[in-house]
Formats: sequence, structure tokens, C-alpha cells
Amino acid sequence: MTEQLKMDAPATDRRLDGMAQGLVGAPLDRPEGPLKVTGTATYADEYRIENLAHGMLVRAPGNSGRVRLANREAVAAMPGVLAVIHDPRLLRNPAQGTANKAPVQDPNEAHYLGQPVALVVAESFEQARHAAQSLEIALEGGAPRPVDPETAAYEPQPAKGVDQGDLDDAMAKATHSIDVTYRTPSHSSAPMEPHASIAQWEGEDLTLRGSYQMLKYNRNELADALGIHPDRVRILAPYVGGGFGSKLGLAPEAVAAAIAAKETGRPVSVALTRPQVFETTMRRSETRQRVRLTVDPEGRLTGIGQAALVSNLPGEVFSEPVLQATHFLYAGENRRLSLDLARVHRLCAGSVRAPGEAVGITVLECAMDELAEAAGIDPVELRRRNIPEKDPESGKEFSSRRFREALDSGAEAFGWKDRPATRSRREGEWWIGYGMASAARINVLKESRARVTLAPDGTARVETDMTDIGTGTYAILGQIAGEMLGLPRESVEVVLGDTDLPAAAGSGGSWGASSSGTSVYVACQAIRAQLAQRLGVAETDLTLRDGQAVFDNRTESLAAILNGDEIVKEGHVLPGETSKAVRQATFGAYFVEVAVNGVTGETRVRRMHGSFAAGRILNAKTARSQCLGGMIFGIGMALTEEMAFDDRDGHLANHNLAEYHIPVNADVPQITVELLEERDDWASPLQAKGIGELGICGAAGAIVNAIYNATGVRVRDFPATLDKVLAGL
Amino acid sequence: MRPFDYHRGTGIEDATRAAAQGSFIAGGTNLIDLMKLEVMAPERLVDINRIEELRGIEATDGGGLRIGALVSNTDLANDPRVRRHWPVLSRALLSGATQQLRNKATTGGNLLQRTRCLYFYDRAMPCNKRAPGTGCGAMEGVNRILAVLGTSEHCIATHPSDMAVAMMALGAEVEIVRASGATERLPLDDLYLLPGDTPERETVLAPGDLIAAVILPAPVEGRQAYRKVRDRASYAFALVSVAAVVAVEEGRISRADLAFGGLAPKPWRNRDVEAALVGQSPSEALFDRAADILLEDARGHGDNEFKIPLARRVLKAVLADLTTGAAA
Amino acid sequence: MQTSLTINGTARELDLDPRTSLLDALRHHLGLTGTKKGCDHGQCGACTALVNGRRVNACLSLLCMHDGDEVTTIEGLGQPGALSPMQQAFVEKDGFQCGYCTPGQICSATAMLEEIAQGWPSHVTEDLEAQPELTIEEISERMSGNLCRCSAYPNIVDAIRKAAGETA
Repeated sequence: MTEQLKMDAPATDRRLDGMAQGLVGAPLDRPEGPLKVTGTATYADEYRIENLAHGMLVRAPGNSGRVRLANREAVAAMPGVLAVIHDPRLLRNPAQGTANKAPVQDPNEAHYLGQPVALVVAESFEQARHAAQSLEIALEGGAPRPVDPETAAYEPQPAKGVDQGDLDDAMAKATHSIDVTYRTPSHSSAPMEPHASIAQWEGEDLTLRGSYQMLKYNRNELADALGIHPDRVRILAPYVGGGFGSKLGLAPEAVAAAIAAKETGRPVSVALTRPQVFETTMRRSETRQRVRLTVDPEGRLTGIGQAALVSNLPGEVFSEPVLQATHFLYAGENRRLSLDLARVHRLCAGSVRAPGEAVGITVLECAMDELAEAAGIDPVELRRRNIPEKDPESGKEFSSRRFREALDSGAEAFGWKDRPATRSRREGEWWIGYGMASAARINVLKESRARVTLAPDGTARVETDMTDIGTGTYAILGQIAGEMLGLPRESVEVVLGDTDLPAAAGSGGSWGASSSGTSVYVACQAIRAQLAQRLGVAETDLTLRDGQAVFDNRTESLAAILNGDEIVKEGHVLPGETSKAVRQATFGAYFVEVAVNGVTGETRVRRMHGSFAAGRILNAKTARSQCLGGMIFGIGMALTEEMAFDDRDGHLANHNLAEYHIPVNADVPQITVELLEERDDWASPLQAKGIGELGICGAAGAIVNAIYNATGVRVRDFPATLDKVLAGL
Repeated sequence: MRPFDYHRGTGIEDATRAAAQGSFIAGGTNLIDLMKLEVMAPERLVDINRIEELRGIEATDGGGLRIGALVSNTDLANDPRVRRHWPVLSRALLSGATQQLRNKATTGGNLLQRTRCLYFYDRAMPCNKRAPGTGCGAMEGVNRILAVLGTSEHCIATHPSDMAVAMMALGAEVEIVRASGATERLPLDDLYLLPGDTPERETVLAPGDLIAAVILPAPVEGRQAYRKVRDRASYAFALVSVAAVVAVEEGRISRADLAFGGLAPKPWRNRDVEAALVGQSPSEALFDRAADILLEDARGHGDNEFKIPLARRVLKAVLADLTTGAAA
Repeated sequence: MQTSLTINGTARELDLDPRTSLLDALRHHLGLTGTKKGCDHGQCGACTALVNGRRVNACLSLLCMHDGDEVTTIEGLGQPGALSPMQQAFVEKDGFQCGYCTPGQICSATAMLEEIAQGWPSHVTEDLEAQPELTIEEISERMSGNLCRCSAYPNIVDAIRKAAGETA
């Protein structure tokens, strides 16, 4: 029995506020925590399956030419080798998030250096690794390929831009203006768990234990890649060791494992090596962004221009949506935003945590800092003056927006008023500076389903193919169900990560919690209605708490009401008119103190604070952790992270964690996070919006702005490594 | 990783004989890394971890220390004598890698670390060190971490050790047992070869030659510092590092033992720099002159050019620290 | 290659390909998958385990080199329902998100408290000869061999301080 909600009208009833269990929003521990801290949560490549064989992918050593396996027979004869697979169904690159079908499959031609073109399967991991390393890939008849986005052919993406008013005229007439060009390099998601799949066939039915974020899409992508019906495919991913976009779409190892398992008649595990994670999963596109901003004498924006160049492999439709939040963050009647997509033979570009805003708002916020200085206005004040009344392009109202409060509250909490003048505060060798930036990220609701079972003993089970990639899904779905059904958290079991369960929105785009949470809410509403019906009262007059129903001054236990029955409901949410009627987004502000070494140019983040508004917070502990994670991604973006491509062949040179520098513990201070109270009735009946990505959407800008305040050095080429700072010191 | 024959060495003689067609393994933190990538592929691994003679830190008659090749980076950094009398060495060790790696990495192995050059590590790339004659991919490629001194037209690799830089400044010697059984001592500086036309040859050691110990000379007067500049606050290789032992007597520099990391294919020591400092009164102009001498032949290759001005700044700051005010 | 060693207090005999790392021996042959493979090259710390009481990267070690050694993995520190104080503190302080680096973090943190107690200095210890204190700076430096891409670092520091009995 499915209960459906199409989100066509704002949920002004705010039912969660009237519930009695007190779970939603509470900073509860993750229920799966004891498994994770003991190493007993089972990730993809950790199932002990009898007769398991091991596969290792083999890469193309160049970016062009027909692929030939030069010594295939010799490798096939190596000790332990079971198969050398060079199947036309092997993926060139992963599927894009929500693609729902297979990406390009072409192991017969090299498109980029690092592309997986073959798989070697052996009895043991050690044998497979050595045999794979022994397989010689010859590339024949290749030709030079464009690898540099700034010189390659590009395709304009007019649907993502806007041209409103006359920006050139605004520039000419402006009291103050800036015209600056920034560059951001490619970033890697670099989740700690490398992508891995174990494939196992029973007849024509495939079970894949994988590390994926969006199982309903991944199932269809896998089935499409293999040429079989999706009903034949089951994917299991109860624990996922981080994703950050890289596990949105099906990756090459899954298809390779499935083909190998079929061919060898054995279950096969294929785990990517760390260099393969870097080379064969998604990169965030590098960007070049020209930003033009103009203000009138009162510091009100009159024009905004952002012209971005991004890149991807030929055949990929994804273009980094750099302008996504620039469209609505600030006022300004003359607007010209444009996006160009260059075609290059570097590894595939796709979603990495907060595609679009992570780089688009970061650069916009650096430009705003430059404008504030040019206009002689405090950076916080400049932003306050330019909060638009309505969406400045569509004219739509904002659903809810505590942007001004985030700016003010964050500034207060941080002590922004003590910001030093540029290059004026020094402690020994260290220059000290403050910087700030706004945060903005679009909010999205996606179709999602969940089944909730209220058992005769008054416990509940939530089941959905939703994933928990560290995002707190196990925690929040249990809290929502417990709140709605009046059950202690311990009385709710949450089962995730299995495509046999109702299909959820998946983890990505910050929509997982509100979408899957709403499906649980809808199912629980239906259960409440049934309980109320049994009691002969209106559902709204029913109070559920601690396994008891309170109504008409009476109290009865759920077990008694159920009388041996169970109630099973499936909740199904669909986005509707509220997604179009208003502008939905999340907002916030970052404040940072840095110390920059006057001798070496090294930067240390000494303090960092974020104030965020993302609708109702479902679990204050896990939400805060998500914000911390985003902000620390921002530290990496600002200071160290860069995929270094060789300009001659487009290969990724630093494809390991020793030289692709994600932040370590010592790079990170004890960051503070403030979550502002907010209800967004348009977003979902939970009044919650996404929070998984908001923390990164501008954070790096605050750091680079702080470096400027400390030293007077404006770094416009991310990351602000010491050599770039030093050049200006 | 290619198959290999594993031999557990029972003594020095047994080990050196067995390693004539193979490679010693101690901590393995670099060798296993490279073997997994088949950048290194010894036919035989001779495990020397059970050889007791290679353990322990002992005082020498001359007031120095004899550090067994198997002494871990942790134990060496923690040794109370080292912390008191050779703090530059403790500091260098503690700035390197992580506690987990220092617990395994050994004194001998640390000296013999291979370069972190990205082209050396990737078998799809040309590299004269890994595959002589294939060319140098790094020269015109991604070379931010690579060398500006002591390079050749065939190789611009850097030596990644921090420990060795401090030992170089301290005038350490290595005790080597040759495959023939002969024992010799040579200055650490003489252990290493510059790339020249044979970048695949990094040391004077022949197959089966074993580093048995490092000898630190007696402590000398002066203040010591190890300053490391890197891209992260921790767990990153040096872009530039300076190990220094500097003494000032009656207003003049009486000692300036200096070694540099991150700049060259080996821990770098230039006696002309030291000679220019000794006997002079500390001043910014003097420090600049020292930097001029150090960097006279320095040559960048694009990405790594920043190391030249950075080395100057770091050297000057270290000299200023050690000649005035509080020790770093 | 015949290897005898003790793992979490239990004597084990293994006869494996000499190329087998300690990490792969644990994960592929002993079913002890709590020790994680994050990079397999000593660049992330997810495989941190204790060998003879010291934390090491299990990926950069061959099983055959550990004959006679005592190995403690995350499974040996505590189990669900009987968590060690460090494990409990990680749960309470949300010192993880996806959980993949977590066993390595906890093994590392457990060893680290002992190292500080024994007076081991670190890169940020001001006086090499003084007893180091359990400051945030010391914890952060000493835990920098364990990468966490979910970036739970501030919570990891809080968890360690809590486990050590400090106010966090």
C-alpha cells in the first residue's frame, strides 16, 4: 500500500513541530556507530564469499589509438590467471550522476591516459595484480589530442547562462567595478574507501556488492551496460566509505567484475587501486572564470558578469554548473553569465561535492572581496546591501532564506569587527588576517520511496534502497520514523542499501536527507492514519510517545492497538509545483582567520566559523559534521588540492594521496558551526533542506580572502600554495 | 608485485651473500610501495630485521653515536642523547612522514629512499632513473617537487629524506659492509652519486653491500635547527628544508654546518657556503652572500623555480634565528 | 611462506604467497576486514594496526616479515556492546562519518595516548626534552598520519581528548 505525496503546495502544517517524541533535530549518535568504530560494518570488498576470484583493471598508457593487448596469451598463461578480459562492454568512464543508463563503452580505443581497457582475473589478489601489471597495452594509429581546456575547441552552454540588461554599459557607468579572472584546478573526491565491486551470478541473476551512492540508477546503468534487464540485477551497499560524487554513477570496476564473474563462473572482486580511483572516477572540472562586478555609490550591485570555461571528455554531456547560485545570490539588474565547455582528453569530469557552487561561489566571493576593497565597504556590509528581494532573474520569491541572519550571526560569533587592516597584523614571522565569504547552494527534492513497518510489538522498521555514505541516513530516518510513530530511537530499525527495497533518491546533490526523509514521513503519516482509524479519532488528535497513543484523555499502548497486526506502508514522494513556484536554496556565511608565514608563504587556518541556514535540522550532530566536512574540503581547495595534469598528454601526474594533498588533521583547527533555526515549507513536509554540500560552497574563498587581508597578496589561481603567496610577499 | 624469493637473513655475512642477487628489506616502507607498482622488482628479498648486530644506538669512544641500520626513525628521534646533543636530527626525523611510518622506517632504509618524482613512480612514463635511456618525463612535465641543484640533463629527481639532511649537516659517516665482507666507513656525502649520465645509480653501494650503521661525530658547540617547508602542515615531503648547526663567538660566526633538502638529488651540502659565513659577523648582507653561493648554479624547470627564492628566504631566516634571539 | 604470529591474542599459522601484505593477510585470509585499505601505499593510514604495541601501516609490510609478532587490530580493541573508551568517545563525538578511516584512526589514537604517556616528542613539541602535553596541536600533529576525507578531524580531536579524560 503506497501513500503518495506530490509536493505541489507548501507544507504549512509543520506536523513535526507538533510531535511528541522529541527525536527530530536532536544531536543523537549514529546508530551504526558501534559497528563502524569496531571495524564490523561491512563495506563492498569485505564479504567473505567462497571461491572468490580477484580482478585488476589495466589502463591505457596514452590518450589515443586503437587498443591491442600485445601479450595476451602470455599473461593468460601466468600463474593463477583465470581470464584476460577485453570486452566491448567495459566502461570508458563512469556514468554521470542520475544518468540511469550506461556511459560510453569503448575499450578498443584510448580516449585518455588511465582509461581502463582490460581486466585480468586470477585466483589471488597478488597474482591478479602482477598479471595486470604484465599486460602490455599497445596503442596503434593514434594522433595528437587536445588536452588543454584553454586552447581546445569549446561548446557554449546557453541554457545555463543569462544575458539581462547591459553589463558593458553598467561597467562603463559604475562608481566602482572590478574585472578579474580566476582559475580553479580539477579536484578529486578521493573518498577513503576505493571503489570496489564483488559480482556474483546465480544463473542469469546478478548480485553486486558495490560502493555506490544512488542504487536505483546504478542498477539500471549496470543492466544497460551488460545488456540485461534491470530485474536481473541486485545491488547491495549498506555501508559506503565516502563518495562525494565519485560514487554517484556506475564506475568501470562494477561492469568489469560482472563480466568477469560471468566468464569465469565465479564470484569476482574488483577493487580499484588508489591511482585508479584518481584516474578512472570523476574529476571536478578545472575552471577559468572571468568575473565583472559593478556598484553604485551606495554599494549596490548594478552588474554581475561571470564567464566560465570548463571541460570534459568528448561524448560527455556534463558541464560543471559554475553559475548555478550566481543566478540568485545577489541583486544587480545587468547580468551576463555564460558557460563554455571545452573538449579535452583528460579523465572524465563529473560531480564532485557541490558541483557548480563549490567553485562558482568560491570565485564569486573572492571577486566580492575585491569589490568591497575597491568600493571601500566592509565585505559583510557589501553582501548585506545586495541581498535581493526576489530571485533577480526569474522574479520568484525565495522559499525561505536566513542569509542576512547568517552573515550577522556569523560575524558576531567570529568577532569580525576586529578584522585588521590589510597587511597590518603580524605575530613574529606570521601575518594574520581575516576573511569571509557567503555560502549558497540550490535545494532540490527528488522522487523517493521507503517502506515502514510497524510491528505488533510496537517496534518499527524502515526499509529503502537509500544509502548512508557518512551522511547520517541511518540516524535521521530512524529519528523521523521514531518522531512520527512515537517510538524511542532504539525501537526503530533502519535497513538501507539494497535495490530489493523501495527505490530512494540516493545520496547526492544534498537531496538525500529531505527526499528519503519525506518518503519515511509519508509512510508514517499513513500508519498514523490507520492507527487513528482503529481508535476512531482524527489523526491530528493523536499523540504518539514512547510506544503509547494518547487521545481523548486516554492512553493505550501501540501493541494493544495493533492487537497482533502489523501495519506496512510505503511512502512515495514526488517533486511538484513547489520546485518551480519559488527559488529554493540554502545559505550561510564563513569567517576565517589565517596566519601566513612571512618567510615561506605557508598558510595556516587558525580559526574557522560557519553559520548556516538549511531549513529544519534533522540531527544537529550529523548536520554539524556534514558542515565541518564541507568546510574542510574548502581548506583543501584553498590551500593544497590540485589535480596536476601533464600538458603534453593530459595525464594526471599526482594520482596518489602522497602528492594530491587533501587536508590532514594538522591543517584543520577546531572549527565552529552554527545551524540557524529555519523552516522551509516549500522544500518538503519536513521543512528541511539539503546540508551535505553547503559547507563547501564558498569556504575556500573566505580563506583566500583572509590571505589577502593578512598579506596584501591576492591569489587568483587556486590553490594558494606557498609559491603563489610568496611571489607577492 | 613480481614474485620473489624471500630469505630471512640470519647474520650480516649470510645477508650480504644472499643479497648479491636481490635487495635487502628492513622497514619496507619505501621498497614495498615501489614493489607493488613494479617500479622495483628484486628477484630476492633479504629480510635483515632479525640481525641483532644491526640494532641499537651506542656511544662511540670519540663521544659520538653509532646508530645501527635497523634503528627505527622513532627510536632514533626519541633517544635522549639525540634529543639533547643532536636535536637537529630529532627534529628532522619528527618532521618526516607520520608516526606509523617512523615506527617502521629504519636508519639505513631512510638513507636509501628513492625519489618521489611522479614520473619515476609511473611505469607508463619515460624515466631515465627507472628505465635508463627512455628520457626524463619530468624535465618539461609536472616537476614542482623536483630539484634545482645537482641535476643533469637526464634527471632532476630529489632525494626525499629529512633525516639524511640533518645527518649531512652533522657530518655523519656510514659504516658499510661490502658484499666481500670488508667493512668501510665513508662520509655520508660520499655515499650518494649525482645523476650525471647514470641517474639509475644513486649510491656507491654495489649489490650485496649493506649499510650497517651511521656514525655521528661528537656534538659540537652551536645551536641547531631543522626547518622544513612543505605543502601541508604535516605528512608531506619537503619542498625546501635546511638543517643547520651554527655557533657564534665574540660576534663572529665560528661554525655554520648547513645541509639542504628538497633541492637536489641528494642531501645537499656546499662547503663554500659555510666558508663564506665562518669568521664573519652575522648580517643580512652576509646571509644573502651565502645564499648567492648556494644558489649560484641553481636552475629551475618551470613548476619548481619557486624553490630558488624560497631556499634563499629559508636559509636567511634560519641563519638569522640561530645567530640572534632564541634558537628555533 | 609459513608464518606464525599472534593476532588479537590468538595464535595463527598462515602459509601464503610471500607477496601478501599484512593488510591483505588480515582482510583476504583471516576475515579481519576492520583494518581498511585506503591507498595500499602508506599514504592514508586507514590500515593502521598495532604490531608489538606500535602503530604501523599494515599495507607496507609483508606478512612473512611478521613471524613471531603480536598484532592487534581494531577487532582486538573492542566489539559492539563492549567498546573501548576510545571507541565510545568516537561514537559520542561523531569522530567519523562514512566510517572507513575510523578503525585506523582509533588504532592510531589508542597508540598515540601511550606514546605521549611515554614522553615521545612530536614535530610540534616545543621542548624536545620535556614531557609533551595533550594539547589540540599535539593531537592534530600526531594524528596527521590518518587521513579522513569526510573530514571529521575536529571531532576526532574532541573524541581523543574525551577518551583521555580531558574536557573537550
